[in-house]
Amino acid sequence: MELLFQLGIISLLLLIGWSIGGATERRHFRSLVKREAQLRDILVFNERRPPQDQAFGQAALVMGSVVIGEDYFKRFAATLRSLFGGTLRMYESVMDRGRREAIVRMKAAARRQGATMVFNVRFETSSLSADAGQRSSVFSAEFIAYGTALKPR
Amino acid sequence: MELTNLETFPGKTIVRHLGLVQGSTVRSKHVGKDFMAGLKNFVGGELKGYTELLNESRNEAIARMVAQARAAGGNAVVNVRFSTSNIAAGAAEVMAYGTAVEIR
Repeated sequence: MELLFQLGIISLLLLIGWSIGGATERRHFRSLVKREAQLRDILVFNERRPPQDQAFGQAALVMGSVVIGEDYFKRFAATLRSLFGGTLRMYESVMDRGRREAIVRMKAAARRQGATMVFNVRFETSSLSADAGQRSSVFSAEFIAYGTALKPR
Repeated sequence: MELTNLETFPGKTIVRHLGLVQGSTVRSKHVGKDFMAGLKNFVGGELKGYTELLNESRNEAIARMVAQARAAGGNAVVNVRFSTSNIAAGAAEVMAYGTAVEIR
């Protein structure tokens, strides 16, 4: 009876994760596509030096960051998948979302400065999972993108 | 104080190099926030509390780096880099470092 109860809770959480988590992800992707289109005119480069033959106005460090967590369904699916190894597609979408969100926020910061280009863009990702070893621990990752925003002269 | 992660300052010249400066901070998550994030983790998505917390930490790290650069007599920091590490359960260190310079 108790086992049945526990199974019930787990499947309820899986259902919540799958439905709400999936909806959140789709909504996030839609919003990313929209904001990426709005910020398309801000050019982003990972070159270390801006072109020498152009004059630029003020330079400023800009940054975008986001912390994204997985949902219960993804965690469950990834645990199962890890038994056999291979591509963890459910996490790939989380990484993709995080990194694109960080870029969008960095570009938005550049626009607030009145800049049109961002040079020397660097990415960083770090895991924020608390309490290693604890099953219920929160897995989440922080994504940051930063670079130097330049205004045209 | 001007910051850039380029090696030079566009439109300005570096007249003096003043060496490496760095700032860091270690913060842990608020229990309430951690609890909320735990709940949020069933459905996934952005954990806004953590995003804000890490942004605050990063601003603090930058402020400490800037204070060092100012103490060294600089008016800009070039080649700024960030790094984050998860040093203990629930605590993260955020670090910013760069080269303090005097620009004109």
